[in-house]
Amino acid sequence: MRLMLTITQEIVDQITAHARADHPDEACGVVAGPIGSDRPERFVPMENAERSPTFYRFDSLEQLKVWREMDDRDEEPVVIYHSHTATEAYPSRTDVSYAAEPNAHYVLVSTREENETEFRSYRIVDGVITEEEVRIVGTYESV
Amino acid sequence: MAIEVRIPTILRNLTDGAKAVEGKGANLAELIGDLDARHPGLRDRLVDDKGLRRFVNVYLNDEDVRFLGGLDTEVSDGDTVTVLPAVAGG
Repeated sequence: MRLMLTITQEIVDQITAHARADHPDEACGVVAGPIGSDRPERFVPMENAERSPTFYRFDSLEQLKVWREMDDRDEEPVVIYHSHTATEAYPSRTDVSYAAEPNAHYVLVSTREENETEFRSYRIVDGVITEEEVRIVGTYESV
Repeated sequence: MAIEVRIPTILRNLTDGAKAVEGKGANLAELIGDLDARHPGLRDRLVDDKGLRRFVNVYLNDEDVRFLGGLDTEVSDGDTVTVLPAVAGG
């Protein structure tokens, strides 16, 4: 299987805007999509309960609400994203130890440079990080 | 009647793929013990010697059990317990 994240420009822009808005704290969230589709469709920014420049954690009650919504809509978290605000967009040791969704694309954005946002995607399975290509499209229909 | 426990994808290898299982007990610790008897290994994924593992969130109905009584949280027939992996990192 060739690892790749296909994502629309609109959602890339939404994730980037969220990361910029919360800078210098880390921003986090998910992009939900139909189960098995591998298509991130519904942007869901989440609260960083830690409000920290070096750590993030989904607020547990918000997470329950969002996960139930996805369940009701037959969706899954296709993308789980968060930002690094002073380091590169590469998973930290803590990111790896928490990664519990083997099918998710873990998107990292870095806002350390003011004018340029790094946007990268990884699979994290059993503690192993694999970076994947990010293909940005206008709409999924044109794929 | 029993207590329904919703299992996240990452732990379904311990429940033969089931999204939800049923168990019994007067509190969360007993419930987890009851489940572990039928799904060996489950307790170890949820609990360590200090209590609930920090990598998991456990909810009783709509509440995070960390804000209730942790493993001592009382449960009763008809309750739903939901397990989700915590989403966190650095």
